[in-house]
Amino acid sequence: MSENLLEATGVEKHFPITKGLFKRQIGAVRAVDGIDLSIRTGETLGLVGESGSGKSTAGRLFTRILEPTAGTITFEGEDISHKSVTQMRPLRRDVQMIFQDPYSSLNPRHTVGAIISAPLQIQNIPTPNGVKKAVQDLLALVGLNPEHYNRYPHEFSGGQRQRIGIARALALRPKLIIADEPVSALDVSIQAQVVNLMEDLQREFNLTYLFIAHDLSVVRHISDRVAVMYLGKIVEVADRDDLYKNPRHPYTVALMSAVPVPDPVRRDRAQRERVLLTGDVPSPINPPSGCRFRTRCWKAQEICATEEPPLITRLDDPESHLTACHFPVVNDETVAGRRPAATPA
Amino acid sequence: MSIGTPASRPFLEVKDLTIRFETDDGIVQAVTESSFTLEKGKTLGIVGESGSGKSVTSLGILGLHRTRSNAKVSGEIWLEDQELVTATDEDVRKLRGGKMSMIFQDPLSAMHPYFTVGSQIVEAYRVHHPGVNKKVARERAIDMLARVGIPQPERRFNDYAHQFSGGMRQRAMIAMALVNDPALLIADEPTTALDVTVQAQILDLIRDLQEEFGSAVIMITHDLGVVAELADDVLVMYGGKIIEKGPAVDLFQAPEHPYTWGLLGSMPRLDREVRDRLNPVKGSPPSLINLPSGCSFHPRCPFAERNGDRCFTEIPLLGGPRHPVACHLPEDDRPRIFQQEVRPNL
Repeated sequence: MSENLLEATGVEKHFPITKGLFKRQIGAVRAVDGIDLSIRTGETLGLVGESGSGKSTAGRLFTRILEPTAGTITFEGEDISHKSVTQMRPLRRDVQMIFQDPYSSLNPRHTVGAIISAPLQIQNIPTPNGVKKAVQDLLALVGLNPEHYNRYPHEFSGGQRQRIGIARALALRPKLIIADEPVSALDVSIQAQVVNLMEDLQREFNLTYLFIAHDLSVVRHISDRVAVMYLGKIVEVADRDDLYKNPRHPYTVALMSAVPVPDPVRRDRAQRERVLLTGDVPSPINPPSGCRFRTRCWKAQEICATEEPPLITRLDDPESHLTACHFPVVNDETVAGRRPAATPA
Repeated sequence: MSIGTPASRPFLEVKDLTIRFETDDGIVQAVTESSFTLEKGKTLGIVGESGSGKSVTSLGILGLHRTRSNAKVSGEIWLEDQELVTATDEDVRKLRGGKMSMIFQDPLSAMHPYFTVGSQIVEAYRVHHPGVNKKVARERAIDMLARVGIPQPERRFNDYAHQFSGGMRQRAMIAMALVNDPALLIADEPTTALDVTVQAQILDLIRDLQEEFGSAVIMITHDLGVVAELADDVLVMYGGKIIEKGPAVDLFQAPEHPYTWGLLGSMPRLDREVRDRLNPVKGSPPSLINLPSGCSFHPRCPFAERNGDRCFTEIPLLGGPRHPVACHLPEDDRPRIFQQEVRPNL
């Protein structure tokens, strides 16, 4: 359980911004800017953050759809940071991805059978009972009618399409599945069905998940550990219950307090306890110096602008709880209604 | 209630609103006999899944179905003393954007990409204030942008929609919707595309502006958390029909329709202990062209078998001693079933 399936050390991804005829590089979008993260065998690691935090880029780096600008990514101890497409192919059996949008991630001109069997054919996986049988087994596994293998994606609803995407990801019996916002495009009841399905499949096939999402309630439900990203950095990572009970980073606290409470009786209390984050996430082209959250943080002091806080264990947290903050939030600290004192630089 | 309205008539009253679309595949029964009222200064939440008719209800109120020749609308919509279903296009156009306006889900597609954000707000203002010169309208637009919390409004006035971030764009659209001090504001999934931190800002903004202007707000969403934060009353829609309605507190504390129970069971909550498993509604929403017989929820309802074949043959009517519910489960048993069989799993 505690063995690391995937390990990222100092991983960066900078997308160049070019200008002019000769594509002179004038800057870079620092989407992922030095993250250390490990995914343990058999766990579900939740990765949360606002849009633009770099969580999807991180997911794409781990599957090596993208190549890191710096740092190393190892999968089962093997360095995969700069492997070519051909070198990666055998590894693709072990790492699969589920995408957010069930409409654009399935080829509309291919039948469901063709979509789900494509990974089998690319990898030359023998199907003793025929490809059709293999596809039908997968369809049944994700709760779809096996008779529908000849249908096209448009004949299915959003939730059913997401099940097709899951069947495709499962076809190669991978060890690690990276799910990028797999349920955020779905209605609540369908969302819950897909979450339940993912949990069942994890138990059945000993899968490891990286679950990328912005919905903190869903992430809490499904994850064993949770990492919080802000502007290309991991600001906090901890065991699920630890993180939700004792969030340390002011950003984590703010994020959690912003989730609406589905209880009208507690409406006033929830609003009083809310941390108000003002403004938007700064640009990843030119992130703030020091701690990147300081421009929106109510606890920011001088040191936050000059020194970047390392991701380490703070206060009396367990070893597994890491926070990158000079002034972590202590238990029972009053945070409600706090706004940053200074105007953003 | 505003002065000049007879005491008997609510600010907005929708009576038996039915909206059908005739398509090549058949008749889409988008909304069926919906009735509700809304007073000034109050917020009505409409919840339901995609295809439940919640958005079409709001389009019906705004008369936006009128551009579609295949739409058939019946029933009555009273906005104070004006009836909107039978009103002329010209009359509805005068109200739209003025006395009643709308915030859409996706501000990028709701705003024109070729015109500056400022000029679009100015246009919205001048359409309803024909005598006003450009300079005054411009000041008004800048004032609105400042009011919704956009920094440097004079400069942002000249920006295009794509130059705004998602949250700022949604603010700009709220500024546009509020520029004529609408008495009725319809927000259709206004925060669905936004991050939670921005969502909290926007909900605060809608709440503050409502207090300031005393508008009536219809908040359409699939997020029960958003409804719980804002709404005074809630309608739950399923298959184009209202299946439960009542004060928000009642709907969250003592819901009586199995579909409402299912929605609550589908939702992981930060304010509760983690459950082993979610309890979603099984199956998927019905097609509005071929609605199931009887209660359209019966194929997904875990309690349908308990009423013999009644749920399969007879359409349940809204009613009940506490708040209106459209369900065949015996009225007196529903609170007990919720408390004993449903609540422990929420």
